[in-house]
Amino acid sequence: MKILAYLRALWDVVLNRARINRELEEEIRAHIEMHADDLERGGLSRVEAERSARIRFGGEARFKEECHEAAGGMFIDSLRRDARFALRLLRKSPGFTVVAVLAVAMGIAANAVVFSVLNALILRPINVPGGQNLYMIERGKGAPTQSYPDYLDIRDQNRTFDGVVAYDIAPAGLDTGGSASSVWVYEASGNYFDVLGVKPYLGRFFHSSDEHGPNSSPYIVLNYAYWQARFGGDRGAVGRTVQLNKYPYTILGVAPPDFRGTEMFYAPDFWVPLLEQENVEGGSQLNRRSARAIELVGRLKTGVSAAQAATDLNSVAAYLAKTYPAEDDRINFKLARPGLFGDLLAGPVRAFLAALMVLAGLILLAVCANLGSLFAARAADRSKEIALRLALGSSARRVVRQLLTETLLVSLIGGAAGLLVGMVVLRWLSQWRPVPDFPVNVPVNPDSTVYAIALLLALASGFLFGLAPMRQVMRADAYQIIKSGTTGSAGRRIALRDMLLVVQVAICAVLLTASLVAVRGLVRSLHGDFGFSPQNVTLVETYLDMAGYKGDAARAMQRRMIEAAEAIPGATAAGVSDRVPLGIGWNTDEIFRDDSTDTRASHEVADALKYSVTPGYFEAAGTSLLAGRTFTWNDDKNAPRVAVVNREFAREVFGTAEDAVGRYFRNSGGRMQVVGLVENGKYETLAENPRPAMFCPTLQSPSSATWLLVRSDRDSQDVAEALRSMLRRLDAGLPYTVRTWNAEMASALFASRAATVSLGVLGVLSAMLAVTGISGMASYSVSKRLREFGIRIALGAQRKEVLSAALGRAFWLLAWGSAGGVLLGTAATRVLALIVYQASPRDPLVLAGVVMAMAALGLLATWIPARRALKADPLILLREE
Amino acid sequence: MNEQAQLLPGTLDLLILRAASLGPLHGYGILLRIAQISNNALLVEQGALYPGLFRLVRQGLLKAKWGTSDNNRRAKFYELTATGRKRLHQETENWNRLAAAIGAALAAEI
Repeated sequence: MKILAYLRALWDVVLNRARINRELEEEIRAHIEMHADDLERGGLSRVEAERSARIRFGGEARFKEECHEAAGGMFIDSLRRDARFALRLLRKSPGFTVVAVLAVAMGIAANAVVFSVLNALILRPINVPGGQNLYMIERGKGAPTQSYPDYLDIRDQNRTFDGVVAYDIAPAGLDTGGSASSVWVYEASGNYFDVLGVKPYLGRFFHSSDEHGPNSSPYIVLNYAYWQARFGGDRGAVGRTVQLNKYPYTILGVAPPDFRGTEMFYAPDFWVPLLEQENVEGGSQLNRRSARAIELVGRLKTGVSAAQAATDLNSVAAYLAKTYPAEDDRINFKLARPGLFGDLLAGPVRAFLAALMVLAGLILLAVCANLGSLFAARAADRSKEIALRLALGSSARRVVRQLLTETLLVSLIGGAAGLLVGMVVLRWLSQWRPVPDFPVNVPVNPDSTVYAIALLLALASGFLFGLAPMRQVMRADAYQIIKSGTTGSAGRRIALRDMLLVVQVAICAVLLTASLVAVRGLVRSLHGDFGFSPQNVTLVETYLDMAGYKGDAARAMQRRMIEAAEAIPGATAAGVSDRVPLGIGWNTDEIFRDDSTDTRASHEVADALKYSVTPGYFEAAGTSLLAGRTFTWNDDKNAPRVAVVNREFAREVFGTAEDAVGRYFRNSGGRMQVVGLVENGKYETLAENPRPAMFCPTLQSPSSATWLLVRSDRDSQDVAEALRSMLRRLDAGLPYTVRTWNAEMASALFASRAATVSLGVLGVLSAMLAVTGISGMASYSVSKRLREFGIRIALGAQRKEVLSAALGRAFWLLAWGSAGGVLLGTAATRVLALIVYQASPRDPLVLAGVVMAMAALGLLATWIPARRALKADPLILLREE
Repeated sequence: MNEQAQLLPGTLDLLILRAASLGPLHGYGILLRIAQISNNALLVEQGALYPGLFRLVRQGLLKAKWGTSDNNRRAKFYELTATGRKRLHQETENWNRLAAAIGAALAAEI
């Protein structure tokens, strides 16, 4: 009650100061008049009575002021006055103000951006009602994919989920009249939208009741963005029939704008029922229990904990292992946060973003250290004014409040500017599509949490760097300052500021080390040994089933494409593969020993990556053959099943790579003979350890996914043009994309590029801060001792002596900070090695680079103060006093 | 005039509460009421009344409302809130205890 009344009164004061003034005046006038009435009745004339009443009332102005104070208005009032004073002061030294505001803006922008990304990728649950109750069901650790038969068992037998949905990402060709274009779709189980609790923006969604066996529900639900882009937001699109891979599909509805699917990195163009897989992908794996390619997300029942759900799921797993030992032997389930392919991506993403967040926090801390010492120096320069105010009876509290208002003003202006910059960067990031022709794009738009955090950080840093000058004021001895003009001894305070500076330099060195290591790693991975050479190779990606090629027709078309490509002038080799290594996605196959009769998953000797390739592939890809032969067109359905394997495969399956050629192994399809041995390569990610891989002839292991590789020493533009006209000749209705292999590598290099760029930006930011910090400290200490230097020079001191007196300390701090930073950075780059291929801090070039960069920064930062110290003219200085 | 006693710090609020406890009053009325109930023995600086009134309103002990006085002048009337009444009761007791104690101490034979 009391608090409420108080708040109301405060509210009145803030908003209605003028009204209160008016009322107060009226009240006082009424008082005086009533008093005058009484006096008049006592025999005085009206004029006399009013005069007397006014006198007896006392000092009106003083009481009014006291009334405002009593009503709680003084605080706001003096705040306004302080702010105005602070603004005037800041305007008086624009250089200082700009540096300070920019520093805060950099710190806040870095934090807002990193936090926003962290928030979008890790902290914020998927954007559906009750998203925090959604869990991805993984197989063991870091294996997010499941098979459809297992999904059905999990869905029907669990007792802890309200519902479990399944989905898979696939490319397809959509024809809305005209030619087909390739799109990315989610194949989703019928209960997908119902379990997620998403409501249609337009039309309706498909439901479990729409599922009547394979290929029975030809429905499409459009993503809002795709609806806008492809159909121009036309409401009439709902209900239309379009051609998906030459099959008719009906557009049922449009998803709401804020729902972009269940994977953060993959926003689909539309959703189709999972049971349509055969028509969408040109082949169905839905009835194979060992074909694990779909992802499961379940919604926990209310009141059920994740641990209980895991126990429940593992009783399902026990049932599966017992019932289907051939496929599900020793299977077990784990829960993970959905959105980042379970823990597969979430692990490195979380580690890296957490590290970035720490670095961004460190940068803000460096900003605080920086501005703390700048403001302290400023307060020292103003010590006379402050001392005078204290001597004239201003309370220390009042002075401190004024100084704090100043720092908070700077931090708020800087914070607002930083947030603006951050929002621009984030908008750009949200629209950025780092991988060509793939729906990787992450909505990292800031939300209210981000704004709140930015405001909070700005205020906190304002207080933090406002603390430094405050200590100085509280200790100030007005008498001493006015007498001698300096604050006297201040040994410990300087030590604190030195510490801040060392910390700041160390942060800078950490970031520099990290970004240099990342850059070196990136450069090395661009010229690394992938087991293939992307230079001079042009890729054509096409999905033959989108144009209606099936089975043997697809094989024949692939062969025609290769032959036509080989005829292109300058082409030295051409081949087709179902995927390219280091591209998006991969296939694996369980490999067993030839003498193994038990093909349960637990008896596999290797989990090999599998590629279906045509003759000419190895030559076009530049993968060297170590022994045996590659494929010919005779390795077809009627010939014995053969494979080319890499060294790692041979090592894991046969124990040795020497005599692998000619030996046999088994996979789920039966017995295969090794006819060739090729070098190891990189297949999934750049940072991976050697992985077993096998290559099968396309004719024996068909796939409609088609990547045509053409090696040519001609200009890639000409080759691309020749390939386009070739494809037009072969089939004008075929959707395709042409690009160089180097461009395609963007997806593989995305992680290391993103890491390098973000670290680089943070590194530059911290370098700028370190420069302002060191130069601020150096010029302050020079300006304080300028008279001394002048006298020394007058007495014949050498330049070297003056310089070492003026800047020796700054250099020592720099050296200590750098050394500490390099050590810390070396330790921190272990995290980096997870993301950036061949990132190693034990690289003389990196160490030399960091040392040189720090030295350059030091020189840059001390250049101006050094010149000032050398130019100290004792005559002018002494005259000034 | 010389018979009047200067107010002890902090007692003005108590007097205002007491004066307002008998019914809604405007500022001048409160002043008159204090004079009346103290038999003109206490000196209240007229203007100083208002900061006191504002303070008590802010603390939620008084509530204010515009109205018309007996001789038809618009004035702000102050009235005790429930909290104000409770506070008055409490403070009165405190004061009595203090006064009695100080009186006893001063009257004691040494």
